Order: sequence, then C-alpha cells, then structure tokens
Amino acid sequence: MSDEATPVSAAVAATVTPPGPLAGVVTVFRREFGAYFTTPVAAIFLVIFLVMAGVLTFNVGNLIDPRGQASLRVFFNWHPWMYLFLVPALSMRLWADEHRLGTLELLTTLPLTLRDLVVGKFLAAWAFAVLALALTFPVWLTISFLGDPDHGVILAGYFGSALLSGGLLAVGCAVSAASRSQVVAFVLAVAVSFFMLLTGWAPVQAFFQSWMPQAGVEALASVSFLTHFRHSFLRGVVDLRNLVFFCTVIAAGLWITGVLLRAKRQGR
Amino acid sequence: MSASLLIDARSLVRRFGSFRAVDGVDLAVSAGEVVGFLGPNGAGKTTTMRMITGFLEPTSGRASLCGFDVGSDPLAAKRCLGYLPEGAPAYPDMRVDEFLRFVARARGLRGAQARSGIARGIDLLGLNSVRKQSIETLSKGYKRRVGFAQALLHDPPVLILDEPTDGLDPNQKHEVRSLIRTMGEQGGKAIVLSTHILEEVEAVCTRAVVIARGQTVFDGTPAELDAKAPDSVRQGRLDHVFRELTRSASVDKKEVLV
Repeated sequence: MSDEATPVSAAVAATVTPPGPLAGVVTVFRREFGAYFTTPVAAIFLVIFLVMAGVLTFNVGNLIDPRGQASLRVFFNWHPWMYLFLVPALSMRLWADEHRLGTLELLTTLPLTLRDLVVGKFLAAWAFAVLALALTFPVWLTISFLGDPDHGVILAGYFGSALLSGGLLAVGCAVSAASRSQVVAFVLAVAVSFFMLLTGWAPVQAFFQSWMPQAGVEALASVSFLTHFRHSFLRGVVDLRNLVFFCTVIAAGLWITGVLLRAKRQGR
Repeated sequence: MSASLLIDARSLVRRFGSFRAVDGVDLAVSAGEVVGFLGPNGAGKTTTMRMITGFLEPTSGRASLCGFDVGSDPLAAKRCLGYLPEGAPAYPDMRVDEFLRFVARARGLRGAQARSGIARGIDLLGLNSVRKQSIETLSKGYKRRVGFAQALLHDPPVLILDEPTDGLDPNQKHEVRSLIRTMGEQGGKAIVLSTHILEEVEAVCTRAVVIARGQTVFDGTPAELDAKAPDSVRQGRLDHVFRELTRSASVDKKEVLV
C-alpha cells in the first residue's frame, strides 16, 4: 500500500466521454452473461435442457411420425413446458441476488441508467437461452438426415421458440425484481408463466367455456403465450401479430421491472 | 454555489412509513476536506449517504455532487463520485481483477485509462496478491479494500465511504487512514466517511459532523469537538462528548413529545 494519492483530476473525471448510448447496456450484458459461466449454472442448465429436449422429442414424443412425415412439430411442442421450469431458473437470480448481496446499491450508484441495467441483464439471460436453443441443432440435422422436412417451417419454429423464451424471461425478470430470494423468484415465475401458458391450452379453455362468455375466453386465449406460439410459428407462419405480441410482452415485463426497482429506490 | 463545494446536501429528509430516519440534514463539503460522519447506530448515517449518492430518493430536500443535481442529472453527478456502500458489496463469484474491470467499464474507462485506474486501485489498497482470487474467498478486510479500490478507479473528486475501516486489522486501519488523509490533503478531494470509532476522526478528519435521531447535533473541527468536554475529563474525552451529544438529542425529542 502506498501513501501517495495522485492529484484529483476533477475535470477529467467529470468529462470522461460517455462512450455511445449502448455502452452501458453492453457493460451490464457482458458481466451478466459471464456470470452464468463462472458458476456451474451454465453447464447444468445446458445439460438438462439438451437431455430433456432429446428425451421428450425422441422417446416420449415420437419424433418419427407414424404417418411418415418429417417435421420438428413434436420437438417444438415440448418447448413451452421445458421453458416453464428452465427459464425461471435463468431469471431468478437476475435481481433477487442483487437485492440479497447489496450490490444493487453499487450498480445504481455507478453512472449507468436504469434502462442500461434492466435491458443489459435481460439480454444476457435471453442470449443464454438462445444459446441453449441453438445447441439443439443436432435434432434438426437428424430429421434432415431421416427425411425431407420443410426447413422454412423449422426456422420459424426456432424463431418462435426464441421469442417465447424471451417473453417468459421478461416475466421472470419482473418477478425477480420484486423479491430478495431466488427461491421465491423461481416459484413465483413458474406460477405466473404457468398461467400465461395455460390460458391457451385446450382443456383449460374448455373449462372456461363452461361458465365464461365466449368473448372472455377469446380474450384469455389471446394473451396466452401458448396460442401465439402454436398457432403461428409451429405452422411455419411468422405472423406480424404474434411477433408484436411477444415484443409487447417483453417490453411490458421490462417496464414493470423498472417500476419495481424505482419503487425500491423510493423506499417503498 | 462556490466552485469548491463538491458535496452540497440541503435539508435532506427521508421517511420510512411514519419513521423519520433522516430529518433535515445539511452537509456541505469543499475540496480538501475530510469529514467524519458520526452517530450512534440507527442515527441515519447510512440513509443520508444513500441519498447523497442517489441510491435512495429523499422524501424532501436535494443533494448535488460537483454542482450536478443527483436527482435531475444523476449520470453527471455519479461520474464524479466514488462510493463505498455499507458492507462493501461485491459479486462473490467474480475475481478481484474482473470485478474492478467491470466497474471501470461501467465508469466509462477504456483501454489504457481503465488499466491505469485498476493498477492504481490495486496498488493503493495492496490487493496485488489477491487480484486473481474470487471475491468470496477473501477475508473481511480484503473485501473491504476491494470495495474501496472500486471507488478509486476513476480518481473521483468526491469520495463517500461508509465505514471504510470496518473489519480491518490495526495495521490495515493505519494504512487506509493515511491513504484517506493524503487523498484529502494532497489530492484535493472532498471526502465523507462514516465511522463510530472516535479516534478515527482525530486521526484523519478535518471536520466532524455528529448526527443523532436523524438530525445534526454537531458540526465543527475535531478540536472543537474535543473542547466540548469538561476539563475534568482526562480519558476518552471524545467518547464523553459523543455520549452527551447523542443522548441530549434523544432527551430533547422526548421533551418535545411531552
């Protein structure tokens, strides 16, 4: 330790040029994305995701269609249910851990905006989810080897699956921002995601139909992640409405995250 | 506002429910001043610092750093601030050098600027031997020094340190105190440090501010603080004054209530 302190350069410190509007987001993104790999979380997550995808698709789901049709429909059909448990595992630590460790105080007193923090963290988690999804490419190779699938439909399926994970992650972000505990954040995120998925699931729809007016049932279905995922992307249609739906969900989730964090700063 | 007034907090109030944690605290600190922020536990020291650094929004009142309002121009204010929060929070799974690199980037330091800032922080706080270790493996004293180093990377004109010597051994305390003193005297920084070790105030501070029950009960030099003790008190004079100041404040409160 030295007793010397360099003279203060107030002018320099105050005028360090803010390097571009995205610099803050990139800084937060890099730390968060890296954080998945400094713990065994990344490895465990990837292994579970890929094993589940494989088992559900080939063993449980009968990828090899008895009608002899080559498609990845079975594979993508499982994604909402895999994401239901795996995406909250990615989002649970995002904010709950910052609250618990006290590092939120450090983050919010650095010259970063709330937007930098919220967007940077979300994008890091999403990038990780998309990485896991991309690593399922052997399934695509297998089906191409076995038959002659419509690659456009498969691409749309991947695209829709990525959007779906983004929507669920945004829900998880907001839940995590409200909690100090990762466990609570996980359980709550699963519960909320379950609801968001289920409102579009046929048996649940039938239940609502028995006592709710048709308009109500349709309204519920229209906010269901499942409806938007299955009815468009799995049919190989990239419908603008479904794209807009997931983008809206993501924007809303991040906005709520920001509101919750700001409420914490106001000490409420 | 005077150009050298680097910290300027005016009538800060912070309520939590019906409890007034901070009740009208003013704090003005010029370049070269090292202010010891004293008070019993729960007096509102940490809450006041959190409002000045922008972590907590004040219920009323305002604060500015280097002339930039913390509420309306937070980025400019935070750029001239180095802050060691209570408990020196850091990410346990990051290595010391990774953590400092992250903070340097967040502060907008790039390339050579970032490298020299990190090197200076590591050098000033004696972190060279642990720079490749993950933070969770460090002792309490080292964690505290990592938190301090993080606050120095960009050589900020304003330093706010919440209990910077907590958890350090006597040698480390001595080193950190002389570091703080030098940064104030020669570095011309405005420094606020909270502590409940009264000897620390005599050792490093040019000014002492005592708060109790969310209100300022003393603002003056350490010598003036010492002079408030009656001559009959020989040992622990500051302790005596501190007890008098913080106790009378609570008595006043009761009288007001009755």
